Amino acid sequence: MDEYKSGSNLEKILRAGHFAFTGECGPPKGANVEHLKEKFAHLKGMVDAVNITDNQTAVVRMSSLAASHLLVHEGMEPNFQMVCRDRNRLAITSDILGAHALGIRNMLCLSGDHQSFGNHTQAKNVHDIDSMQLIRLVTNMRDKGRFMNDEEIDVPPRLFVGAACNPFADPFEYRVYRLANKITAGADFIQTQCIFNMEKFRTFMHQAVDMGLTEKCYILAGVTPMKNLGMANFMAKFVPGMDIPDALKKRLKGVEKAKQAEEGIRFALEQIEEFKQMEGVAGVHLMAIEWEHKVPEIAERAGVLPRPTV
Amino acid sequence: MIVADRKSLEEILAMVREKRKILIVGCRGCVTVCNVGGEKEVEILAASINLARKTSDQPIEIDTVTIERQCDNEYVALLKEGIGTYDAVVSLACGVGPQFLSEAYPNQLFFPGVNTTFFGGAVSHGIWEERCQGCGTCIIHNFDGLCPIARCAKSLLHGPCGGSSDGLCEVSKETLCIWDMIVKKKMEQGRLTDLLKVIEAKDWSSARDGGPRRSIREELIP
Ligand code: SF4
Ligand code: SF4
Repeated sequence: MDEYKSGSNLEKILRAGHFAFTGECGPPKGANVEHLKEKFAHLKGMVDAVNITDNQTAVVRMSSLAASHLLVHEGMEPNFQMVCRDRNRLAITSDILGAHALGIRNMLCLSGDHQSFGNHTQAKNVHDIDSMQLIRLVTNMRDKGRFMNDEEIDVPPRLFVGAACNPFADPFEYRVYRLANKITAGADFIQTQCIFNMEKFRTFMHQAVDMGLTEKCYILAGVTPMKNLGMANFMAKFVPGMDIPDALKKRLKGVEKAKQAEEGIRFALEQIEEFKQMEGVAGVHLMAIEWEHKVPEIAERAGVLPRPTV
Repeated sequence: MIVADRKSLEEILAMVREKRKILIVGCRGCVTVCNVGGEKEVEILAASINLARKTSDQPIEIDTVTIERQCDNEYVALLKEGIGTYDAVVSLACGVGPQFLSEAYPNQLFFPGVNTTFFGGAVSHGIWEERCQGCGTCIIHNFDGLCPIARCAKSLLHGPCGGSSDGLCEVSKETLCIWDMIVKKKMEQGRLTDLLKVIEAKDWSSARDGGPRRSIREELIP
C-alpha cells in the first residue's frame, strides 16, 4: 500500500475499508476550556475524528485551530474546519502550517456561511479564495511542497483534506458536478450537509457512483438527529440550504413532545442503517448539534462501536 | 453607471446644523440618471432643508447649482465665483464629486449628500441593481457575461455554494443567486464543461486591494 497522505486516524480507517464514523463539536462562545473538554469527553472513543467548527453560522467562537489543538491534547483526533470567509490566503496558509505543527492531521475546506447569519453582521468578509481553491491550496502544499505563489515550503504540512457537499442546494442537477470538481481540486474525503431528504440523497449517490466519484473519494453522509419539532422548523427556516421534508416534520409531530427526541434519534439510526448499505457511502458524519452527550448512545445503538483501530 | 442613494434629510440637517449659508451642488452625470443628485433633486433637497430650518426657527440661506460633471476639473472650475462664501457645500454627486471639489477648493467645507452604492443600472422603473465591482481584471466572459465577483455575496469562482435555494442567494430572498444563473445558462447552452475545472485564485492586486488605482493613457498626455 502506498504511503498515507497524512496518516490521520480517519485516513487509516477509510483506507482500511472500515465504515467511518465522525463527530462534531462547536468551540465555546468564550474561552471556557473546561466546558469544551466536557463536550470532548462525550465523543472520546465514539468517533474516528471530531470536526471542530470554524465560527459556524458566522457566530464568533473560540478559534477552530485552538480548539482542535486542545482536542489533540485530549488524545483525540480533530478534523479542523476552515472557512474562507474570515481569512485571506496568507492567514489560511499560515494556519495550515500551524495546524500541522500542532499535530492536526485532518482539515475540512469550506466557503463559510455569510456573515449576515451570524452575530457580527457588520463584518467585512474576505473570500480571497473560495473552498475549491482552498482544497487546491492545501493539497498543493502537501503534495508538491509549494505555497500558492509556487515558493518551496520547508517541511510541507501533511493533512488529510476534506470538503463539504450539499446535495440539497440548487440547482440539484449541478450538485454532483460540483462534487466532481471538489474531487478534481484534490479532496480526499467529503462530508455532506445534514441529510433529511433520503430520496433526494439516494438519487444524488446514484449519480455520484455512476460518475465514478466514489472510487476517487470517500463520501461520509451527514446525519443530524432532531431534538424536537421546533429544531426541525428552525433549521428549515434559518439554516441555509436545509431540506427538511414534511414527512419528517409530521413524524416528529406525531409523537408527544417528550418523545420527540427519541423519534429524532430513531430516524437518525434508520438513516445510518441505510447508509451502511448504500453504495458509495464510506461512513457517517454525525452532527449532534449541542447534543454531544447523546453521541455515545447513538453510536451504541447504531452498532458502530467499538471504533476500529488501524 | 454609478448608483447612489440620497442620505436621509436628518443626516444632512445634522451636517449643516450650525451653518447659515450653504450651497447644494448637483451633477448631471450618473446621479441625474439614477434620480438622486440632478437639478430636480437639488431643488427638492434645498426646499426640504429650508422648510425644516424655518420650522425650527433657524432659517438658512441656500444657493443651488448643478454642473455637468463633478468628476471633471473643467466643470468644477466653473464654481470658482461663489465658493468660499459658504459655510458649507453639500454635493449630491457620487463620492468622486465632493472629493474633486475639496481638492479644487481646499478652504471650503464639503459634505456628501448621497451614499454611493455601486456600479449598476436600472432593472425596472425605480429599481437599480449592482453589476460590477471594478475589480480591475474583468473575467465575465468565463461566466457567460455574468459577474460572480460583484453579484455573488461571497465572490465565489466555483459556485453555487450550499446556501443557494430556488435561484435565490442565502443572504436574502430579494437577491438572485448569480451562480444559479451561471450554471443554468451553461447547462441550457451545453457548455457545462466550462465550469468543471479549478480556476486559479484571482489576482486581487488590480482591485482595491492593490491600493488606489490609476489609469494612464499615454496618447492623451500633452
Ligand atoms: S469581473 Fe470585475 S470588472 Fe468584470 S464585471 Fe465583475 S467586478 Fe466588474
Ligand atoms: S447563494 Fe449563490 S450568490 Fe449567494 S453566496 Fe451562495 S453562490 Fe453566491
